[in-house]
Amino acid sequence: MTKITKDEVKHVAHLARLNIDEQEAEKFADQLGSIITFAEQLNELDTENVEPTTHVLDMKNILRDDKPTDGLPREQVLKNAPDHQDGQVKVPTILE
Amino acid sequence: MSLFDHKLADLHDLLHKKEITIADLVRESYKRIEEVDGKVQAFLTLDEERALARAEELQQKLGSDEGLLFGMPIGVKDNIVTKELRTTAASKILGNFDPIYNATVADKLHSADAITIGKLNMDEFAMGSSTENSHFAKTKNPWNLDTVPGGSSGGSAAAVAAGEVPFSLGSDTGGSIRQPASFCGVVGLKPTYGRVSRFGLIAFASSLDQIGPITTNVEDNAYLLEAIAGLDPNDSTSANVNVPNYRSALTGDIKGLKVAVPREYLGDGVSEEVRQSVREALKVLEGLGATIDEVSLPHSKYGVATYYLLSSSEASANLARFDGIRYGYRADNAENLIDLYKKTRAEGFGDEVKRRIMLGTYALSSGYYDAYYKKAQKVRTLIKQDFEKVFEDYDVIVGPTTPTPAFKIGEQIDDPLTMYANDILTIPVNLAGVPGISVPAGLSESGLPLGLQIIGKHFDESTVYRVAHAYEQAANHNMKPEL
Repeated sequence: MTKITKDEVKHVAHLARLNIDEQEAEKFADQLGSIITFAEQLNELDTENVEPTTHVLDMKNILRDDKPTDGLPREQVLKNAPDHQDGQVKVPTILE
Repeated sequence: MSLFDHKLADLHDLLHKKEITIADLVRESYKRIEEVDGKVQAFLTLDEERALARAEELQQKLGSDEGLLFGMPIGVKDNIVTKELRTTAASKILGNFDPIYNATVADKLHSADAITIGKLNMDEFAMGSSTENSHFAKTKNPWNLDTVPGGSSGGSAAAVAAGEVPFSLGSDTGGSIRQPASFCGVVGLKPTYGRVSRFGLIAFASSLDQIGPITTNVEDNAYLLEAIAGLDPNDSTSANVNVPNYRSALTGDIKGLKVAVPREYLGDGVSEEVRQSVREALKVLEGLGATIDEVSLPHSKYGVATYYLLSSSEASANLARFDGIRYGYRADNAENLIDLYKKTRAEGFGDEVKRRIMLGTYALSSGYYDAYYKKAQKVRTLIKQDFEKVFEDYDVIVGPTTPTPAFKIGEQIDDPLTMYANDILTIPVNLAGVPGISVPAGLSESGLPLGLQIIGKHFDESTVYRVAHAYEQAANHNMKPEL
Protein backbone atom coordinates (compact mmCIF):
# COMPACT_ATOMS: atom_id res chain seq x y z
CA MET A 1 0.00 0.00 0.00
CA THR A 2 1.41 3.33 -1.07
CA LYS A 3 1.21 5.75 1.78
CA ILE A 4 0.55 9.40 1.12
CA THR A 5 1.44 11.60 4.05
CA LYS A 6 -0.43 14.61 5.31
CA ASP A 7 2.52 16.76 4.28
CA GLU A 8 2.39 15.41 0.72
CA VAL A 9 -1.31 16.21 0.58
CA LYS A 10 -0.62 19.74 1.80
CA HIS A 11 2.08 20.14 -0.84
CA VAL A 12 -0.20 18.90 -3.63
CA ALA A 13 -3.03 21.12 -2.35
CA HIS A 14 -0.69 24.09 -2.49
CA LEU A 15 0.30 23.26 -6.07
CA ALA A 16 -3.39 22.97 -6.96
CA ARG A 17 -4.16 26.24 -5.14
CA LEU A 18 -6.53 24.70 -2.60
CA ASN A 19 -6.66 25.65 1.06
CA ILE A 20 -7.06 22.60 3.28
CA ASP A 21 -7.11 22.18 7.04
CA GLU A 22 -5.54 19.42 9.17
CA GLN A 23 -8.66 17.30 9.27
CA GLU A 24 -9.11 17.44 5.49
CA ALA A 25 -5.43 16.70 4.92
CA GLU A 26 -5.80 13.55 6.99
CA LYS A 27 -8.94 12.41 5.18
CA PHE A 28 -7.51 13.11 1.72
CA ALA A 29 -4.21 11.39 2.64
CA ASP A 30 -6.11 8.16 3.36
CA GLN A 31 -8.31 8.41 0.29
CA LEU A 32 -5.56 9.40 -2.15
CA GLY A 33 -3.36 6.65 -0.72
CA SER A 34 -5.94 3.98 -1.49
CA ILE A 35 -6.69 5.39 -4.96
CA ILE A 36 -2.97 5.49 -5.84
CA THR A 37 -2.50 1.96 -4.48
CA PHE A 38 -5.41 0.84 -6.65
CA ALA A 39 -3.87 2.61 -9.66
CA GLU A 40 -0.58 0.80 -9.15
CA GLN A 41 -2.15 -2.40 -10.50
CA LEU A 42 -1.11 -0.95 -13.88
CA ASN A 43 2.44 -1.96 -12.95
CA GLU A 44 1.42 -5.59 -13.57
CA LEU A 45 1.55 -4.74 -17.27
CA ASP A 46 4.74 -4.62 -19.31
CA THR A 47 4.43 -1.42 -21.34
CA GLU A 48 8.09 -1.12 -22.29
CA ASN A 49 7.35 -1.12 -26.03
CA VAL A 50 3.92 0.48 -25.99
CA GLU A 51 3.41 3.99 -27.35
CA PRO A 52 1.36 6.28 -25.10
CA THR A 53 -1.99 7.42 -26.59
CA THR A 54 -1.80 11.12 -27.31
CA HIS A 55 -4.94 11.28 -29.42
CA VAL A 56 -7.45 8.51 -29.77
CA LEU A 57 -8.19 9.24 -33.45
CA ASP A 58 -4.65 9.90 -34.72
CA MET A 59 -5.60 13.43 -35.70
CA LYS A 60 -3.07 15.94 -36.90
CA ASN A 61 -2.96 19.54 -35.76
CA ILE A 62 -5.75 21.59 -37.27
CA LEU A 63 -4.85 25.13 -38.26
CA ARG A 64 -7.20 27.91 -39.21
CA ASP A 65 -6.45 30.89 -41.41
CA ASP A 66 -4.77 33.66 -39.48
CA LYS A 67 -7.52 36.23 -40.00
CA PRO A 68 -8.40 38.85 -37.40
CA THR A 69 -11.93 38.68 -36.02
CA ASP A 70 -13.81 40.91 -33.60
CA GLY A 71 -13.25 40.32 -29.88
CA LEU A 72 -16.05 40.33 -27.33
CA PRO A 73 -17.57 43.63 -26.22
CA ARG A 74 -16.06 44.81 -22.93
CA GLU A 75 -19.34 44.88 -20.98
CA GLN A 76 -19.99 41.27 -21.98
CA VAL A 77 -16.54 40.21 -20.84
CA LEU A 78 -17.01 41.93 -17.49
CA LYS A 79 -20.55 40.69 -16.98
CA ASN A 80 -19.50 37.71 -14.86
CA ALA A 81 -16.45 39.24 -13.18
CA PRO A 82 -16.81 39.24 -9.38
CA ASP A 83 -15.23 42.70 -9.15
CA HIS A 84 -14.36 45.31 -11.75
CA GLN A 85 -13.61 48.99 -12.02
CA ASP A 86 -13.15 51.39 -14.93
CA GLY A 87 -13.66 48.62 -17.46
CA GLN A 88 -11.06 46.32 -15.95
CA VAL A 89 -11.16 43.22 -13.76
CA LYS A 90 -10.18 44.10 -10.20
CA VAL A 91 -7.92 41.80 -8.15
CA PRO A 92 -6.21 42.14 -4.74
CA THR A 93 -2.84 43.89 -4.58
CA ILE A 94 -0.17 41.79 -6.29
CA LEU A 95 2.91 43.97 -5.62
CA GLU A 96 3.55 45.19 -2.10
CA MET B 1 -51.34 9.36 -21.37
CA SER B 2 -48.79 12.10 -21.83
CA LEU B 3 -47.98 13.82 -25.11
CA PHE B 4 -44.43 12.64 -24.51
CA ASP B 5 -45.50 9.01 -24.88
CA HIS B 6 -45.43 9.79 -28.60
CA LYS B 7 -42.27 9.47 -30.58
CA LEU B 8 -40.66 12.59 -32.00
CA ALA B 9 -41.88 11.84 -35.54
CA ASP B 10 -45.47 11.45 -34.28
CA LEU B 11 -45.32 14.71 -32.32
CA HIS B 12 -44.08 16.36 -35.50
CA ASP B 13 -47.10 15.01 -37.39
CA LEU B 14 -49.52 16.11 -34.67
CA LEU B 15 -48.06 19.63 -34.86
CA HIS B 16 -48.46 19.79 -38.62
CA LYS B 17 -51.98 18.42 -38.55
CA LYS B 18 -52.72 21.23 -36.07
CA GLU B 19 -53.93 18.71 -33.51
CA ILE B 20 -51.56 20.21 -30.98
CA THR B 21 -49.63 23.47 -30.73
CA ILE B 22 -46.03 24.08 -29.77
CA ALA B 23 -47.29 25.80 -26.63
CA ASP B 24 -49.09 22.54 -25.72
CA LEU B 25 -45.77 20.72 -25.84
CA VAL B 26 -43.95 23.34 -23.81
CA ARG B 27 -46.77 23.55 -21.25
CA GLU B 28 -46.88 19.75 -21.00
CA SER B 29 -43.26 19.89 -19.95
CA TYR B 30 -43.70 22.58 -17.29
CA LYS B 31 -46.89 20.97 -16.01
CA ARG B 32 -45.11 17.67 -15.47
CA ILE B 33 -42.16 19.44 -13.84
CA GLU B 34 -44.61 21.18 -11.52
CA GLU B 35 -46.15 17.79 -10.64
CA VAL B 36 -43.07 15.66 -10.10
CA ASP B 37 -39.86 17.66 -9.96
CA GLY B 38 -40.30 18.40 -6.26
CA LYS B 39 -39.68 14.67 -5.82
CA VAL B 40 -37.26 13.97 -8.67
CA GLN B 41 -35.23 17.22 -8.54
CA ALA B 42 -33.89 16.84 -12.05
CA PHE B 43 -33.87 20.54 -12.95
CA LEU B 44 -31.58 23.24 -11.56
CA THR B 45 -32.87 26.15 -13.68
CA LEU B 46 -36.06 26.63 -15.69
CA ASP B 47 -36.54 29.03 -18.59
CA GLU B 48 -40.34 29.06 -18.71
CA GLU B 49 -41.07 32.63 -19.79
CA ARG B 50 -38.70 32.56 -22.74
CA ALA B 51 -39.71 29.02 -23.70
CA LEU B 52 -43.40 30.00 -23.89
CA ALA B 53 -42.60 33.16 -25.85
CA ARG B 54 -40.51 31.11 -28.25
CA ALA B 55 -43.38 28.62 -28.61
CA GLU B 56 -45.72 31.44 -29.71
CA GLU B 57 -43.11 32.84 -32.08
CA LEU B 58 -42.45 29.45 -33.70
CA GLN B 59 -46.16 28.64 -33.97
CA GLN B 60 -46.50 31.68 -36.29
CA LYS B 61 -43.73 30.27 -38.48
CA LEU B 62 -45.17 26.75 -38.66
CA GLY B 63 -45.42 25.76 -42.33
CA SER B 64 -45.17 22.38 -43.94
CA ASP B 65 -41.50 21.53 -44.23
CA GLU B 66 -39.91 22.19 -40.86
CA GLY B 67 -37.24 19.89 -39.47
CA LEU B 68 -38.24 17.28 -36.95
CA LEU B 69 -36.99 19.15 -33.92
CA PHE B 70 -39.09 22.22 -34.77
CA GLY B 71 -40.92 23.32 -31.61
CA MET B 72 -39.74 20.34 -29.56
CA PRO B 73 -39.01 20.84 -25.85
CA ILE B 74 -35.60 19.67 -24.64
CA GLY B 75 -33.59 19.70 -21.41
CA VAL B 76 -29.87 20.43 -21.36
CA LYS B 77 -27.25 19.22 -18.87
CA ASP B 78 -25.90 22.09 -16.81
CA ASN B 79 -22.31 21.78 -18.01
CA ILE B 80 -23.35 22.85 -21.52
CA VAL B 81 -23.23 26.64 -21.70
CA THR B 82 -26.42 28.37 -22.77
CA LYS B 83 -26.41 32.08 -23.56
CA GLU B 84 -28.12 34.16 -20.88
CA LEU B 85 -29.34 31.03 -19.10
CA ARG B 86 -27.54 30.27 -15.84
CA THR B 87 -24.99 27.46 -16.26
CA THR B 88 -23.40 26.08 -13.10
CA ALA B 89 -21.92 22.61 -13.77
CA ALA B 90 -23.69 21.98 -10.41
CA SER B 91 -20.82 23.79 -8.66
CA LYS B 92 -20.87 26.60 -6.14
CA ILE B 93 -17.94 28.13 -8.02
CA LEU B 94 -20.22 28.79 -11.02
CA GLY B 95 -23.37 29.37 -8.98
CA ASN B 96 -24.21 32.67 -10.66
CA PHE B 97 -22.56 32.14 -14.02
CA ASP B 98 -24.55 33.74 -16.84
CA PRO B 99 -22.90 32.70 -20.14
CA ILE B 100 -22.38 35.23 -22.89
CA TYR B 101 -22.34 32.62 -25.66
CA ASN B 102 -23.92 29.30 -26.61
CA ALA B 103 -22.18 25.94 -26.81
CA THR B 104 -22.16 24.71 -30.41
CA VAL B 105 -24.76 22.04 -29.55
CA ALA B 106 -27.00 24.71 -27.99
CA ASP B 107 -26.66 26.80 -31.16
CA LYS B 108 -27.52 23.78 -33.25
CA LEU B 109 -30.62 23.03 -31.18
CA HIS B 110 -31.64 26.67 -31.52
CA SER B 111 -31.14 26.64 -35.31
CA ALA B 112 -33.24 23.48 -35.45
CA ASP B 113 -35.93 25.47 -33.55
CA ALA B 114 -35.96 23.18 -30.53
CA ILE B 115 -36.99 24.90 -27.27
CA THR B 116 -34.81 24.70 -24.17
CA ILE B 117 -36.97 24.01 -21.12
CA GLY B 118 -34.21 24.30 -18.53
CA LYS B 119 -30.89 23.06 -17.20
CA LEU B 120 -30.41 19.65 -15.65
CA ASN B 121 -28.70 18.54 -12.48
CA MET B 122 -25.46 16.55 -12.52
CA ASP B 123 -22.47 15.63 -10.40
CA GLU B 124 -20.31 18.72 -9.90
CA PHE B 125 -18.19 19.19 -13.05
CA ALA B 126 -19.49 15.76 -14.18
CA MET B 127 -17.38 14.00 -11.55
CA GLY B 128 -19.47 11.20 -10.12
CA SER B 129 -21.77 8.29 -10.83
CA SER B 130 -24.82 9.16 -8.72
CA THR B 131 -25.54 12.93 -9.05
CA GLU B 132 -25.01 13.07 -5.27
CA ASN B 133 -21.99 15.34 -5.86
CA SER B 134 -24.17 18.23 -7.06
CA HIS B 135 -23.76 21.32 -4.90
CA PHE B 136 -27.45 22.16 -5.28
CA ALA B 137 -29.69 19.07 -5.13
CA LYS B 138 -29.78 15.30 -5.06
CA THR B 139 -31.72 14.00 -8.06
CA LYS B 140 -33.81 10.87 -7.36
CA ASN B 141 -34.38 7.88 -9.62
CA PRO B 142 -38.01 8.09 -10.89
CA TRP B 143 -38.30 4.29 -10.57
CA ASN B 144 -37.55 4.38 -6.85
CA LEU B 145 -37.02 7.67 -5.07
CA ASP B 146 -34.67 6.06 -2.53
CA THR B 147 -32.18 5.17 -5.24
CA VAL B 148 -29.79 7.29 -7.28
CA PRO B 149 -30.48 8.14 -10.94
CA GLY B 150 -26.83 7.43 -11.77
CA GLY B 151 -24.47 10.09 -12.96
CA SER B 152 -23.04 12.30 -13.87
CA SER B 153 -25.94 13.10 -16.26
CA GLY B 154 -28.45 12.02 -13.58
CA GLY B 155 -30.78 14.99 -14.13
CA SER B 156 -30.80 14.45 -17.90
CA ALA B 157 -31.76 10.77 -17.57
CA ALA B 158 -34.24 11.24 -14.70
CA ALA B 159 -36.06 14.11 -16.47
CA VAL B 160 -36.66 11.96 -19.56
CA ALA B 161 -37.66 8.90 -17.50
CA ALA B 162 -40.09 11.01 -15.44
CA GLY B 163 -41.70 12.45 -18.59
CA GLU B 164 -40.63 16.03 -17.77
CA VAL B 165 -39.01 16.43 -21.17
CA PRO B 166 -39.07 13.99 -24.10
CA PHE B 167 -35.37 14.51 -24.90
CA SER B 168 -32.25 15.81 -23.23
CA LEU B 169 -28.55 16.24 -23.75
CA GLY B 170 -25.97 14.78 -21.39
CA SER B 171 -22.21 14.38 -21.48
CA ASP B 172 -20.16 11.21 -21.07
CA THR B 173 -16.53 11.05 -19.92
CA GLY B 174 -16.46 7.56 -18.40
CA GLY B 175 -20.11 6.45 -18.65
CA SER B 176 -21.97 9.60 -17.61
CA ILE B 177 -24.69 9.23 -20.26
CA ARG B 178 -24.95 5.43 -20.48
CA GLN B 179 -24.90 4.61 -16.76
CA PRO B 180 -27.75 7.01 -15.79
CA ALA B 181 -29.68 5.97 -18.93
CA SER B 182 -29.37 2.37 -17.75
CA PHE B 183 -30.38 3.21 -14.15
CA CYS B 184 -33.41 5.25 -15.32
CA GLY B 185 -34.60 2.95 -18.11
CA VAL B 186 -34.01 5.31 -21.05
CA VAL B 187 -31.82 5.36 -24.17
CA GLY B 188 -28.47 7.18 -23.97
CA LEU B 189 -25.68 7.36 -26.53
CA LYS B 190 -22.06 8.38 -26.14
CA PRO B 191 -20.92 9.24 -29.66
CA THR B 192 -17.47 8.57 -31.12
CA TYR B 193 -14.88 10.98 -29.73
CA GLY B 194 -14.91 13.93 -32.15
CA ARG B 195 -18.41 13.23 -33.50
CA VAL B 196 -20.03 16.12 -31.58
CA SER B 197 -18.39 19.48 -30.91
CA ARG B 198 -17.25 20.07 -27.33
CA PHE B 199 -17.16 23.85 -27.78
CA GLY B 200 -19.06 25.26 -24.80
CA LEU B 201 -19.02 22.00 -22.85
CA ILE B 202 -17.39 22.88 -19.52
CA ALA B 203 -14.29 20.71 -19.80
CA PHE B 204 -13.66 17.82 -17.39
CA ALA B 205 -11.29 15.47 -19.28
CA SER B 206 -10.88 16.83 -22.79
CA SER B 207 -9.56 13.63 -24.38
CA LEU B 208 -12.63 11.67 -23.18
CA ASP B 209 -15.61 14.08 -22.95
CA GLN B 210 -18.45 13.77 -25.48
CA ILE B 211 -21.95 15.26 -25.56
CA GLY B 212 -24.78 12.89 -26.50
CA PRO B 213 -28.58 12.48 -26.56
CA ILE B 214 -30.86 10.85 -23.97
CA THR B 215 -34.35 9.84 -25.15
CA THR B 216 -37.14 7.34 -24.46
CA ASN B 217 -36.50 5.41 -27.68
CA VAL B 218 -33.75 4.68 -30.20
CA GLU B 219 -35.35 6.43 -33.17
CA ASP B 220 -35.57 9.77 -31.35
CA ASN B 221 -31.99 9.34 -30.21
CA ALA B 222 -30.84 8.95 -33.82
CA TYR B 223 -32.70 12.11 -34.87
CA LEU B 224 -31.16 14.09 -32.06
CA LEU B 225 -27.60 12.94 -32.75
CA GLU B 226 -28.00 13.94 -36.38
CA ALA B 227 -28.98 17.43 -35.25
CA ILE B 228 -25.96 17.98 -32.98
CA ALA B 229 -23.14 16.08 -34.77
CA GLY B 230 -20.53 17.39 -37.17
CA LEU B 231 -17.33 19.35 -37.69
CA ASP B 232 -17.03 22.63 -35.79
CA PRO B 233 -14.35 25.24 -36.50
CA ASN B 234 -14.47 26.11 -32.77
CA ASP B 235 -13.42 22.59 -31.71
CA SER B 236 -10.23 21.35 -33.35
CA THR B 237 -10.92 17.84 -32.04
CA SER B 238 -14.27 17.63 -33.82
CA ALA B 239 -13.90 15.30 -36.78
CA ASN B 240 -14.22 16.14 -40.43
CA VAL B 241 -16.35 13.07 -41.08
CA ASN B 242 -19.66 13.20 -42.89
CA VAL B 243 -22.77 12.90 -40.66
CA PRO B 244 -24.95 10.16 -42.16
CA ASN B 245 -28.73 9.90 -42.03
CA TYR B 246 -28.88 7.74 -38.89
CA ARG B 247 -32.60 6.99 -39.13
CA SER B 248 -32.10 5.21 -42.45
CA ALA B 249 -30.03 2.68 -40.50
CA LEU B 250 -33.09 1.69 -38.43
CA THR B 251 -34.20 -1.14 -40.68
CA GLY B 252 -34.82 -3.79 -38.04
CA ASP B 253 -32.65 -6.10 -40.12
CA ILE B 254 -29.55 -7.44 -38.38
CA LYS B 255 -29.38 -10.77 -40.20
CA GLY B 256 -25.79 -11.98 -40.48
CA LEU B 257 -24.49 -9.23 -38.22
CA LYS B 258 -21.53 -10.33 -36.11
CA VAL B 259 -21.90 -9.68 -32.39
CA ALA B 260 -18.99 -10.06 -29.97
CA VAL B 261 -19.58 -10.60 -26.25
CA PRO B 262 -16.50 -9.96 -24.10
CA ARG B 263 -16.19 -12.56 -21.35
CA GLU B 264 -14.82 -9.83 -19.07
CA TYR B 265 -18.22 -8.11 -19.27
CA LEU B 266 -20.04 -11.11 -17.82
CA GLY B 267 -17.52 -12.02 -15.15
CA ASP B 268 -17.20 -11.65 -11.39
CA GLY B 269 -18.41 -8.33 -10.12
CA VAL B 270 -21.34 -8.30 -12.53
CA SER B 271 -24.49 -9.36 -10.72
CA GLU B 272 -26.28 -12.55 -11.77
CA GLU B 273 -29.52 -10.78 -12.71
CA VAL B 274 -27.58 -8.39 -14.94
CA ARG B 275 -25.82 -11.32 -16.61
CA GLN B 276 -29.17 -13.07 -17.06
CA SER B 277 -30.70 -10.00 -18.75
CA VAL B 278 -27.77 -9.89 -21.19
CA ARG B 279 -28.13 -13.59 -21.98
CA GLU B 280 -31.81 -13.00 -22.75
CA ALA B 281 -30.95 -10.01 -24.94
CA LEU B 282 -28.42 -12.13 -26.84
CA LYS B 283 -31.16 -14.68 -27.53
CA VAL B 284 -33.27 -11.88 -28.99
CA LEU B 285 -30.40 -10.78 -31.26
CA GLU B 286 -29.75 -14.39 -32.27
CA GLY B 287 -33.44 -14.80 -33.05
CA LEU B 288 -33.12 -11.84 -35.42
CA GLY B 289 -30.34 -13.62 -37.31
CA ALA B 290 -27.20 -12.17 -35.71
CA THR B 291 -24.30 -14.47 -34.87
CA ILE B 292 -22.95 -14.32 -31.33
CA ASP B 293 -19.41 -15.18 -30.27
CA GLU B 294 -17.55 -14.83 -27.02
CA VAL B 295 -14.39 -12.71 -27.27
CA SER B 296 -11.88 -11.16 -24.89
CA LEU B 297 -11.01 -7.55 -24.11
CA PRO B 298 -8.09 -8.63 -21.91
CA HIS B 299 -7.17 -5.20 -20.53
CA SER B 300 -10.69 -4.27 -19.40
CA LYS B 301 -9.87 -4.66 -15.74
CA TYR B 302 -7.25 -1.93 -16.00
CA GLY B 303 -9.76 0.56 -17.38
CA VAL B 304 -10.86 2.11 -14.10
CA ALA B 305 -7.30 2.78 -12.85
CA THR B 306 -6.24 4.15 -16.23
CA TYR B 307 -9.29 6.34 -16.38
CA TYR B 308 -8.91 7.87 -12.93
CA LEU B 309 -5.27 8.77 -13.54
CA LEU B 310 -5.91 10.30 -16.96
CA SER B 311 -9.24 12.01 -16.32
CA SER B 312 -8.06 13.48 -13.02
CA SER B 313 -4.84 14.71 -14.59
CA GLU B 314 -6.76 16.43 -17.36
CA ALA B 315 -9.26 17.80 -14.84
CA SER B 316 -6.53 19.28 -12.68
CA ALA B 317 -5.40 21.33 -15.69
CA ASN B 318 -8.90 22.15 -17.00
CA LEU B 319 -10.19 23.34 -13.63
CA ALA B 320 -7.22 25.66 -13.06
CA ARG B 321 -9.27 28.33 -14.83
CA PHE B 322 -11.65 28.61 -11.87
CA ASP B 323 -9.68 31.14 -9.88
CA GLY B 324 -12.22 33.74 -8.79
CA ILE B 325 -10.86 36.43 -11.12
CA ARG B 326 -12.79 36.74 -14.37
CA TYR B 327 -16.04 34.94 -13.55
CA GLY B 328 -17.65 32.76 -10.91
CA TYR B 329 -17.45 32.73 -7.15
CA ARG B 330 -14.78 34.79 -5.35
CA ALA B 331 -13.95 34.32 -1.65
CA ASP B 332 -13.94 37.31 0.71
CA ASN B 333 -11.08 38.62 2.85
CA ALA B 334 -8.15 37.37 0.81
CA GLU B 335 -4.79 38.77 1.85
CA ASN B 336 -3.11 38.50 -1.52
CA LEU B 337 -3.57 36.90 -4.93
CA ILE B 338 -2.43 33.36 -4.03
CA ASP B 339 -4.60 33.48 -0.92
CA LEU B 340 -7.54 34.57 -3.09
CA TYR B 341 -7.06 31.58 -5.41
CA LYS B 342 -6.74 29.14 -2.54
CA LYS B 343 -9.73 30.41 -0.57
CA THR B 344 -11.93 30.72 -3.64
CA ARG B 345 -11.20 27.19 -4.77
CA ALA B 346 -11.44 25.68 -1.28
CA GLU B 347 -14.86 27.29 -0.76
CA GLY B 348 -16.07 26.88 -4.35
CA PHE B 349 -15.31 23.20 -5.07
CA GLY B 350 -16.87 20.16 -3.41
CA ASP B 351 -14.90 17.24 -1.97
CA GLU B 352 -14.98 14.93 -4.99
CA VAL B 353 -13.72 17.71 -7.27
CA LYS B 354 -10.92 18.54 -4.81
CA ARG B 355 -10.00 14.85 -4.53
CA ARG B 356 -9.65 14.53 -8.29
CA ILE B 357 -7.78 17.80 -8.73
CA MET B 358 -5.29 16.63 -6.10
CA LEU B 359 -5.01 13.14 -7.59
CA GLY B 360 -4.35 14.68 -11.01
CA THR B 361 -1.88 17.20 -9.64
CA TYR B 362 -0.06 14.36 -7.87
CA ALA B 363 -0.01 12.15 -10.99
CA LEU B 364 1.42 14.99 -13.08
CA SER B 365 3.86 16.31 -10.51
CA SER B 366 7.61 16.12 -10.85
CA GLY B 367 8.92 12.62 -10.12
CA TYR B 368 5.55 10.91 -10.57
CA TYR B 369 4.68 11.81 -14.17
CA ASP B 370 6.25 8.72 -15.77
CA ALA B 371 5.03 6.33 -13.09
CA TYR B 372 1.39 7.39 -13.22
CA TYR B 373 0.35 9.65 -16.09
CA LYS B 374 2.58 8.24 -18.82
CA LYS B 375 2.00 4.67 -17.66
CA ALA B 376 -1.75 5.23 -17.90
CA GLN B 377 -1.39 6.70 -21.41
CA LYS B 378 0.41 3.51 -22.42
CA VAL B 379 -2.25 1.25 -20.92
CA ARG B 380 -4.82 3.36 -22.75
CA THR B 381 -3.12 2.25 -25.97
CA LEU B 382 -3.48 -1.41 -24.92
CA ILE B 383 -7.18 -0.93 -24.13
CA LYS B 384 -7.74 0.78 -27.47
CA GLN B 385 -5.94 -2.08 -29.27
CA ASP B 386 -8.23 -4.61 -27.54
CA PHE B 387 -11.20 -2.98 -29.26
CA GLU B 388 -9.44 -2.62 -32.62
CA LYS B 389 -8.64 -6.32 -32.60
CA VAL B 390 -12.23 -7.39 -31.90
CA PHE B 391 -13.58 -4.97 -34.50
CA GLU B 392 -11.43 -6.60 -37.18
CA ASP B 393 -13.88 -9.52 -37.06
CA TYR B 394 -17.09 -8.16 -35.53
CA ASP B 395 -19.64 -5.41 -36.18
CA VAL B 396 -20.60 -4.62 -32.59
CA ILE B 397 -19.67 -5.53 -29.03
CA VAL B 398 -22.56 -6.23 -26.64
CA GLY B 399 -22.65 -6.46 -22.85
CA PRO B 400 -24.27 -4.90 -19.80
CA THR B 401 -24.02 -1.14 -19.20
CA THR B 402 -23.52 -1.44 -15.43
CA PRO B 403 -22.64 -4.31 -13.06
CA THR B 404 -25.79 -3.74 -10.94
CA PRO B 405 -29.05 -1.78 -11.10
CA ALA B 406 -29.31 1.60 -9.32
CA PHE B 407 -28.03 1.66 -5.72
CA LYS B 408 -29.45 3.46 -2.70
CA ILE B 409 -28.78 7.15 -2.11
CA GLY B 410 -25.91 7.51 0.37
CA GLU B 411 -24.80 3.90 0.01
CA GLN B 412 -21.49 4.52 -1.80
CA ILE B 413 -20.81 8.20 -1.30
CA ASP B 414 -18.16 7.73 1.40
CA ASP B 415 -16.11 5.21 -0.53
CA PRO B 416 -14.59 6.65 -3.72
CA LEU B 417 -13.23 3.33 -5.01
CA THR B 418 -16.58 1.52 -4.73
CA MET B 419 -18.23 4.44 -6.49
CA TYR B 420 -15.61 4.36 -9.27
CA ALA B 421 -16.27 0.63 -9.90
CA ASN B 422 -19.75 1.48 -11.24
CA ASP B 423 -18.13 2.59 -14.46
CA ILE B 424 -16.02 -0.51 -15.08
CA LEU B 425 -18.05 -1.49 -18.18
CA THR B 426 -18.41 1.99 -19.67
CA ILE B 427 -14.95 3.51 -19.12
CA PRO B 428 -13.05 1.38 -21.70
CA VAL B 429 -15.37 2.77 -24.40
CA ASN B 430 -14.29 6.34 -23.64
CA LEU B 431 -10.64 5.34 -23.45
CA ALA B 432 -10.90 3.76 -26.92
CA GLY B 433 -12.95 6.69 -28.28
CA VAL B 434 -15.61 4.41 -29.79
CA PRO B 435 -19.40 4.98 -29.63
CA GLY B 436 -21.64 3.15 -27.16
CA ILE B 437 -25.34 3.16 -26.35
CA SER B 438 -27.41 1.94 -23.42
CA VAL B 439 -30.90 0.64 -24.22
CA PRO B 440 -33.46 -0.61 -21.67
CA ALA B 441 -33.24 -4.37 -21.13
CA GLY B 442 -36.04 -5.04 -18.66
CA LEU B 443 -36.37 -4.76 -14.91
CA SER B 444 -34.48 -6.28 -12.00
CA GLU B 445 -36.22 -8.36 -9.33
CA SER B 446 -36.51 -5.20 -7.26
CA GLY B 447 -38.22 -3.42 -10.13
CA LEU B 448 -35.29 -1.27 -11.25
CA PRO B 449 -34.24 -0.84 -14.90
CA LEU B 450 -31.35 -2.77 -16.43
CA GLY B 451 -29.47 -1.62 -19.53
CA LEU B 452 -27.89 -3.33 -22.52
CA GLN B 453 -24.75 -1.70 -23.87
CA ILE B 454 -23.95 -1.85 -27.58
CA ILE B 455 -20.51 -0.63 -28.68
CA GLY B 456 -19.46 0.12 -32.27
CA LYS B 457 -16.48 1.06 -34.38
CA HIS B 458 -15.24 4.66 -34.63
CA PHE B 459 -17.89 6.77 -36.43
CA ASP B 460 -20.19 3.76 -36.90
CA GLU B 461 -23.08 5.04 -34.80
CA SER B 462 -25.34 3.82 -37.63
CA THR B 463 -24.68 0.16 -36.83
CA VAL B 464 -24.97 0.82 -33.09
CA TYR B 465 -28.38 2.40 -33.68
CA ARG B 466 -29.45 -0.40 -36.05
CA VAL B 467 -28.75 -3.09 -33.45
CA ALA B 468 -30.22 -1.04 -30.59
CA HIS B 469 -33.40 -0.37 -32.57
CA ALA B 470 -33.80 -3.98 -33.72
CA TYR B 471 -33.39 -5.15 -30.11
CA GLU B 472 -35.77 -2.50 -28.77
CA GLN B 473 -38.48 -3.43 -31.28
CA ALA B 474 -38.12 -7.19 -30.79
CA ALA B 475 -37.78 -7.17 -26.99
CA ASN B 476 -40.59 -4.60 -26.60
CA HIS B 477 -39.92 -3.84 -22.93
CA ASN B 478 -41.96 -0.63 -22.97
CA MET B 479 -40.77 0.50 -19.56
CA LYS B 480 -42.19 3.51 -17.75
CA PRO B 481 -41.99 4.38 -14.05
CA GLU B 482 -45.05 5.21 -11.94
CA LEU B 483 -44.59 8.47 -10.15
